[in-house]
Amino acid sequence: MDKFTVLTGVAAPLEIVNVDTDMIIPKNYLKTIKRTGLGKGLFAEMRYREDGSENPDFVLNKPAYRKAQILVAGDNFGCGSSREHAPWALLDFGIRCVISTSFADIFYNNCFKNGILPIKVSPEDLDKLMDDARRGANATLTVDLERQEIRGPDGGCITFDVDPFRKHCLLNGLDDIGLTMEKAPAIDAYEEKAKAAHPWL
Amino acid sequence: MKARTLYDKIWDDHVVDTQPDGTCLLYIDRHLVHEVTSPQAFEGLRVAGRRVRAPEKTLAVVDHNVPTTDRSKGIDDPESATQVATLAENAREFGVEYYNELDSRQGIVHVVGPEQGFTLPGTTIVCGDSHTSTHGAFGALAHGIGTSEVEHVLATQTLIQKKAKNMRVTVDGALPEGVTAKDIVLAIIGEIGTAGGTGHVIEYAGEAIRALSMEGRMTVCNMSIEGGARAGMVAPDEKTYAYLKDRPKAPKGAAWDEAVRFWDTLRTDEGAFFDSEIRLDAANLPPIVTWGTSPEDVISVTGAVPNPDDIADEVKRQSKWRALEYMGLKPGTKITDITIDRVFIGSCTNGRIEDLRVVAKIVAGKSVNANVNAMIVPGSGLVKLQAEAEGLDKIFRAAGFDWREPGCSMCLAMNADRLAPHERCASTSNRNFEGRQGFKGRTHLVSPAMAAAAAIAGRFVDVRSFG
Repeated sequence: MDKFTVLTGVAAPLEIVNVDTDMIIPKNYLKTIKRTGLGKGLFAEMRYREDGSENPDFVLNKPAYRKAQILVAGDNFGCGSSREHAPWALLDFGIRCVISTSFADIFYNNCFKNGILPIKVSPEDLDKLMDDARRGANATLTVDLERQEIRGPDGGCITFDVDPFRKHCLLNGLDDIGLTMEKAPAIDAYEEKAKAAHPWL
Repeated sequence: MKARTLYDKIWDDHVVDTQPDGTCLLYIDRHLVHEVTSPQAFEGLRVAGRRVRAPEKTLAVVDHNVPTTDRSKGIDDPESATQVATLAENAREFGVEYYNELDSRQGIVHVVGPEQGFTLPGTTIVCGDSHTSTHGAFGALAHGIGTSEVEHVLATQTLIQKKAKNMRVTVDGALPEGVTAKDIVLAIIGEIGTAGGTGHVIEYAGEAIRALSMEGRMTVCNMSIEGGARAGMVAPDEKTYAYLKDRPKAPKGAAWDEAVRFWDTLRTDEGAFFDSEIRLDAANLPPIVTWGTSPEDVISVTGAVPNPDDIADEVKRQSKWRALEYMGLKPGTKITDITIDRVFIGSCTNGRIEDLRVVAKIVAGKSVNANVNAMIVPGSGLVKLQAEAEGLDKIFRAAGFDWREPGCSMCLAMNADRLAPHERCASTSNRNFEGRQGFKGRTHLVSPAMAAAAAIAGRFVDVRSFG
């Protein structure tokens, strides 16, 4: 997993609430057995027209946002299916940070496993960031994970919360499984205890 | 000792390790695996030279991507075939029990787990699928995970988690005739909103929940995720035990008795703290139909499509207008004036035997409307066999329904079962998202009874007065 430290990039406004993972990556892209190459399917049903051509009205098709690295979106981003193809598609497109007022649990977890930082902000801060994002390529945001700050184009600064453990893993690009495997003795001990307590399992 | 909720008890019982910031390592008792969200996880193990830590606690089955037509001659779609073959190969290589597409035990992973007695009270259950919350009906802590977490569980039999908050949804009273578990859960989601349960585990309680069969409780718990909750659960009782007794993977003999003694302790203590409480009266619930593209967009069958202009928040108002445009509906349209093109009966929400019995009772001796294409997809091979043993398939076929092989089918439309653009469907599944059942397809979520009545009438009708 790539580290996430400081990201400076164009932020795209996606002014829709309840963006679900079916929207982020439609099911026809889930037949793959790989994690890579899903960027082409990102937001496919909004991004492409029925004949397969690009829909020029969709935000990520506009010249200013084609290289966006940050997404600013409405409430409850990532609801629905657990498909990790959603963060894989975002990452493959080049998006490393999503900002919203709230995220669905599974999507939120999935982001951290893939070097993507999901940031929860207040509705007032989201309005400000949405305003910034509407300015297109002229307005870039800087997301500083170490300092837990989002710095805007006009010198404005918004702070955010993140779990210390998740922050540590993201800053250092750490593999969860490796960390947990170091706790094998504790898992062994738990299994012994559980076997005695619940022998039917 | 401090009074604890059911969730608190199961959580406490599974903590392997706690870090100073409250992040825990939680032990996982049961892991269900399917073909769509597992290939990258097994590949990760292979690349890192890791094994599956507890293959006997893992069960694999194909469901999302399999065709629901005759599968005895193989799968036509090459990508689907590859994904199915990959699961078979991974199960063999890593020593995991696997039900293939021709096995009578095959079916939707959340139908199969309970059917086999793999799902048990007091356990932690995960699967790379958000509807894993279904298993909470047995008093288990069950939730969906992503593929990286699937790999983590395969390698370590644990999950890194922070504890969620407790929410209790109490449904008092008795359901009126024609109103079902599906209407209860749609009403709850309408009440709390699609993000109302975010960060919470819901315990469903009250007279109306107790009165539900295990299958009804599964329907309610199944859609917890549609209200944003991490999991939903119902405390186990005699119905739970009666359902599980003698299932293939349930404990037997003295082990069963010992298990039941433990399961009897899985109740929320008097005075335990809930971060939030919701109450509903079942007696007031009507049959419900969704009108929009979020499961929170619910309305009584006797109602009309709402006007988004009544919403104060601008982004929410625009989102609901967008939903109406997508659905091809206008505010004020009576729900019973909406005609349909398709009916889908099935899914992990409503693809079990009791659902099919309800449908059979409504459609027996009648015919599917000439303008409607209606399909029934049993939740598992065993559900299909049971339905056929009861002669339900004959009733369905005589009425003009398409009776198919088990799988997820048009709930998510990964296989060939899907809506054409602008087709309108009465569906017993769980999601009405844009494109969910097919590009530009329009989904209305309803109970099996309402779907059956709609199939006959060609439009939504109030099943309470349908005969």
